[in-house]
Amino acid sequence: MIPSRVLNRATPYLFLAPAGIVLTMALLYPIGYLTVASFFDWRMGTPFADAAFAGFGNYAWILQDPNFKESFVVTMTFAGAVVVLEMVIGVGLALMLERPIRGMSVFRTIFILPMMIAPIVVGLIWRYMYNPQFGILNKTLKDWGFQSIPWLSSPQWALPSVIIADIWQWTPFIFILSLAALQSLPKSAIEASRIDGASGWQQIFYIKLPLMMPVLVVAALLRMIDAFKVLEVIFIMTNGGPGLSTEILSLQIYKTAFVSWELGRAAALSNLLLAIVMVITIAMFIYTKVRDARLARANAAAEDY
Amino acid sequence: MPQIVLQNIKKSFGAVTVVENLNLTMAANEFTVLVGPSGCGKSTILRMIAGLEALTAGEILIDGKPVAHLEPKDRDIAMVFQDYALYPHMNVARNMSFALRLANYPKKEIESRVKKVADMLGIESLLARKPAQLSGGQRQRVAMGRALVRDASTFLFDEPLSNLDAKLRTQMRAELALMRRRLEKNMIYVTHDQVEAMTLGDRIVVLRNGAIQQQGSAEQLYKTPVNKFVAGFLGSPPMNFFDGTLGETDGRLAVSGQDYHLPLPDAMRARVGGLKDDKVIVGIRPSAFTIANGDPAAGIRLDLPVVLPEYIGSQSVIVSRLGGQQIQIEVSSDTPLGDNATLTFTLDPRSVYLFNPHTEATL
Repeated sequence: MIPSRVLNRATPYLFLAPAGIVLTMALLYPIGYLTVASFFDWRMGTPFADAAFAGFGNYAWILQDPNFKESFVVTMTFAGAVVVLEMVIGVGLALMLERPIRGMSVFRTIFILPMMIAPIVVGLIWRYMYNPQFGILNKTLKDWGFQSIPWLSSPQWALPSVIIADIWQWTPFIFILSLAALQSLPKSAIEASRIDGASGWQQIFYIKLPLMMPVLVVAALLRMIDAFKVLEVIFIMTNGGPGLSTEILSLQIYKTAFVSWELGRAAALSNLLLAIVMVITIAMFIYTKVRDARLARANAAAEDY
Repeated sequence: MPQIVLQNIKKSFGAVTVVENLNLTMAANEFTVLVGPSGCGKSTILRMIAGLEALTAGEILIDGKPVAHLEPKDRDIAMVFQDYALYPHMNVARNMSFALRLANYPKKEIESRVKKVADMLGIESLLARKPAQLSGGQRQRVAMGRALVRDASTFLFDEPLSNLDAKLRTQMRAELALMRRRLEKNMIYVTHDQVEAMTLGDRIVVLRNGAIQQQGSAEQLYKTPVNKFVAGFLGSPPMNFFDGTLGETDGRLAVSGQDYHLPLPDAMRARVGGLKDDKVIVGIRPSAFTIANGDPAAGIRLDLPVVLPEYIGSQSVIVSRLGGQQIQIEVSSDTPLGDNATLTFTLDPRSVYLFNPHTEATL
C-alpha cells in the first residue's frame, strides 16, 4: 500500500502527466530530432541511419551562403515593417474608434474578419487583386488615370505588396487588443487629465499610451514572433520571388527541404529561426520579469515606510 | 473669486432626464455642498460644471462669463475625484505637477509649488512613490494636492471621502474644514453624507430626483426644513414620522393618533388652515424628547414603551413606538434606563413638525 502522504504529494504530478506527455511528444521530440538532424548531411531519399555526421558543417555553410543573408534581411525587413505599421495603424484606429459610435459592434465584427480567414485564402485573394491584367488594384489605378504598378512582378514592389497583405490581415489583431486596453483604462484618470489641461493629443501621449504600454508590448512581440514564421501567404502570392526579393526564412527552409531535398541544412536553418524567435520571446519574458521585480521592490520599500 | 451661476440647466442621457430646469447661484468664495441620495443628479451637476458632461440645455456662468461651451481646461477649475483618479504611471510629484508641466511653467516654480503643497498636506516623503504604493488616505491627500497645486479659482469635489474608512473620513473631513479656512476659493462639494454636508458647507443644497429641495445654511435646513424629504435627510438619527389627525381640545389645536395626543402651539393654527382635510404627517426629531424630571410645566408628557435600548457611547438611542410606528429617541447614555418597560418623556410642542400628507411640504 502506498502511504496517503506520498499519494497526496504525487496527485498534482499525476494530473499534470498527460499534458506533460503530449508536450514531450509533440514539441520536445521534434525539436530534439531537428537539432540532431542539423548535425548530419542528410538528403531526402536516404535513410537517416545512412547520413554522414557533418558537425557544424550545415551551420557554417548557411552562414556563408549569400542566399541566407538576403533571406535574413528580407525577413527582418518584413517583420520590422509589418509590426511597426500594424502597431501604428491598429493603435491609431483604436484611439479613433474608442468613443461610442452607433453600430460599432457590427463594424468591429467586420473589421476583425480578415484575421479569421485562412492564410492560404488571404494569399489567393491578394494574388488576384494584385493581378496585372484583371486585378482590381491596377484596374482602379488605370481608371483614375494612373500608371499600373507591377505589384508582384517587380523586385522593388513585391516585398511592399506582401507587407500590405499582411497588414490587411493582422492589423485587426492589434486593433482589438488596443481597443480592449483602451476601454479598461481608468476613466477618471483621463477625465482628470482633461481638467488638468491636456489636449486630445496630450491625453493620448501622456496618459493613454503609457497606460496601454504593457498590452502594446505583448501585442507587438506576439506579432513579431508570428511575422518571423509567416509562410502561406507569401508562398501563394510570390513563392519568394521575383529573385529572392520576398524569400523569407520559413520559405527558404521549405525550399531547402522540399525543393533541394537538403534535410540536414533545412534542419539547421530551422534551428536558427527558432533561435531568433527564442531570443525575442526571452526578451519579452525578461521585460515582464524586470518590470515585476521593479514593482515588487518599490512595494517593499513602501511597506518599510 | 468668481460667482458661479447655473441657469436652467438640463441634462438628459437618451430618454432619461436626470436634471431639469435647475437654477443655482453660488456666491463668490463659498463652500457649497450638493447633497442627496444616490441618483439625485448631484454628481452630474458637478460634472457639468467641470465640463466633463455636456449640458442638454441651459447655461453656466462663472464670473458672469458663459462657460458651457468651454473645455474643462478653459474653466479655471480643479477637481478631486471619488476614486482619486491619480495617474498610475506617474509618481506623486509628477502627478501633482502634471497640469503645471502641461502649461509650461518654469521648472523652478513647479518644484517650489509642489513642495509647498506637499508640505501643507504632509506628503513630502511620498513624492517619489507611485500611486500603487500609497494607502487610501495617502492617495486622497495626493489627489487633493494635485488640485491645490493648480491654484485654480474653483475646486470641485466629487464624494472625495467616500472611499475612506470611517476613522480616516472623520480626520480628512476636519482637515478639509481647516484647509477651507485658509483658502479663498470657490468650493463645490458633492456628497451623499449629510454629516459631511452639514459640517463643511456654507451653503447646503439638498437635491432629490434632479431638483433642488432646499438650500441654505446647515442650521436653516435643520431647523426649518421645507418638506418631509429635507427633514428626514438631515439629522442623525433621522426624524421620526407618523400619521396624525388634527383636532381641537379645550379650544387648543392638537394632533392625535391611535396612542397619542399632542397639543400644538397656537402659531400652527394659521399654517394648517389651507389643508383639505384634517390628516397630517407628524415629524419629531429623536433629540426632541427629554426624560421627564417631574416638572409639570416642561411640556407634553408622554409615556413610551422601551422596545430596545441601543448604547452608542455618549448617546443612547431608544427604539420605541408612537403613532403605530417604530420611533427613535436620543437620550444621554447616563440616563438610568433600568428594566423599565416604559419611560416618561417630555416634549416641547414647538419641536413638533407637521407635513402635508399629499405634497409632503412643511406646514
